[in-house]
Amino acid sequence: MDIKRNYYEDIELFKSNTILVWSILFLIFLAFLPWLITTYRPLGLSIYIVNLITIHAIVAIGLNILVGYTGQISMGHAGFFALGAFTAVILIVRWSFPLWIALPIAGFVSSAFGFILGLPALRLKGPYLAIATLGFGMTITTIIKHMEFFGGRMGLQAPKLYLFGTPMKDIHYYYVIMIIAVLMTIGAVKLIKTRVGRAFIAIRDSDIAAEAMGVNLTYYKTLAFAVSAFYTGVAGGLYAFILGFINPESFHLIMSITFLAMVVVGGLGSIMGSIAGAALMTFLDIKLQAIQDIPAIGPALVIFSEKYMSIAGISNVAVIVYGLIMILIVLFEPLGIFGFWIRNKRYWKTWPF
Amino acid sequence: MFGQLIVSGLAVGACYALLAIAMVIIYKSSEVLNFAQGEMAMVSTFVAFMLLDAYHVPFPWAAALTFLFAILLGIFFEIVFLRQAKDPTVIGLIIITLGFEMVLMGFAGWKWGPDQRSFPFPISNIEAYNFYGLIISKINFWTILITLVLMFILFLFFRYTKLGIAMRATQQNQLAARVMGIRTKWILSFTWAISSIVGAVAGMLIAALGILDPPMMMDPLLKGFASAVLGGMTSLPGTAVGGAMLGIIENLFGGYVSLAFKSAVAFIIIILMLCIKPSGLLAKHYVKKV
Repeated sequence: MDIKRNYYEDIELFKSNTILVWSILFLIFLAFLPWLITTYRPLGLSIYIVNLITIHAIVAIGLNILVGYTGQISMGHAGFFALGAFTAVILIVRWSFPLWIALPIAGFVSSAFGFILGLPALRLKGPYLAIATLGFGMTITTIIKHMEFFGGRMGLQAPKLYLFGTPMKDIHYYYVIMIIAVLMTIGAVKLIKTRVGRAFIAIRDSDIAAEAMGVNLTYYKTLAFAVSAFYTGVAGGLYAFILGFINPESFHLIMSITFLAMVVVGGLGSIMGSIAGAALMTFLDIKLQAIQDIPAIGPALVIFSEKYMSIAGISNVAVIVYGLIMILIVLFEPLGIFGFWIRNKRYWKTWPF
Repeated sequence: MFGQLIVSGLAVGACYALLAIAMVIIYKSSEVLNFAQGEMAMVSTFVAFMLLDAYHVPFPWAAALTFLFAILLGIFFEIVFLRQAKDPTVIGLIIITLGFEMVLMGFAGWKWGPDQRSFPFPISNIEAYNFYGLIISKINFWTILITLVLMFILFLFFRYTKLGIAMRATQQNQLAARVMGIRTKWILSFTWAISSIVGAVAGMLIAALGILDPPMMMDPLLKGFASAVLGGMTSLPGTAVGGAMLGIIENLFGGYVSLAFKSAVAFIIIILMLCIKPSGLLAKHYVKKV
């Protein structure tokens, strides 16, 4: 069933016709999703939330290339995200670039910084790398905050974009973001299947063994950082436009941890897992921010907060749930949603036995 | 001006050093980089605040109860979460501590709200001593003094008590320590307890120097890591020196170069240190074999 007979079968995008058919069906579903959401509003979703999920999915894929496939931890992805967002907005506002040029440039600016951050990564392992990237994420926002060029503490207003003369709304952004996300997902899947992706995986499993096999560590580690930062930068550029307003305060450490949580919950080393993780965590985040509106649990929590906690900080329940999910996933299901999926698939394949 | 900057830098650096020592104690014994250290200290400080403010407990008793709470918090985290991880990877361990950080942060935000408060420390932060023209505010003086005393106690503890020696043995070689009859699992829990106390002291001092609110330890956490990297992740005296150096360098930079980019100093120091001498200033260099 899973036997590969030659190299080209191994790097094929669609392993079988079943997957091809399902992928096409999924794309058709995505095309009609805005219509479904506006008519039925399942789970209280709005197009804005779906846009946010898609953007987070792009970040999660980028981060997974770094953390899940190459095994280099980064706790500074909010920094790359901020760089992408500010670059895109500044290019469009100051030099009136069109969006389709500004976004790749935002990605490349991010990836240039990723490349620079990747250089010390060559000498650093696990914990040290976490510290260095943590420092990067926290410092870049401080620098942005104190430079007038980036709008300082006040942040920047994202310009209104026009499509054929009409101002773009959420639904237009939906198609722009979704097309970019699909392209980037295919890019990531392809990347992992090629020589580069296999080099990443070899570095993750053992960098010394990889070096002995002829993998150029310098090149591939910095490349992993650059690719990951590119994804995050493009996502950051999109984020600026759906939010309409960016200020450096919002790209804090918790955001980096949230990205990491998406990757871990989705499954380290799985592209589809990243998407699932991003969807689940973003949805949970938005729902839990307004926890008092959830039926049954909400009012009970409000009463509990009034008695023992503070009512002003009730949205912090979201942070607690987030943290607990991260811990429990690492303890009980280290492969995340992807691991869960694999186990169930195996179980049902051999079901009656 | 120069003297003032040095002294106030030293006081802040002392807090960084304590936080960094708390991290290094854990890192040495279990190779876990504790990202929850800052939030553990923050929650302990809030407990102290609650005891002082709502229940009007006298300060020494409040401090003692806070240390007790810190011990329980450290042991709780070690036993309930970290010990359950079956052969975890470095990334897995980091994520567990990050998760715990978020839990604590959310809890503090929920319980005490997002308001900024001032910590009722018994030493005034307005009055000052005058040493032959050098004006040192009382709080800075006492911060440095408390830190030095605590470091001395830790030194005595690790050097002369049976428990401290057992802890050092566990840090050096867990298997051999176990063969010698040391209950390494208890020792690990105990390491977390001690580190948690040191962190709580750092948290209270930082709150006394500044303000008390849930995200207050975000910045000191990075500074603590920077001090630990500066001094070498495996050396306690090195970490103390690193913390003091970081505080002074940062303050001088803030005073003479640019106040706005003061917090970038820690990051630059981390990167420079890791590029030039990754083993730190005082730690002996060791190469890990495959």
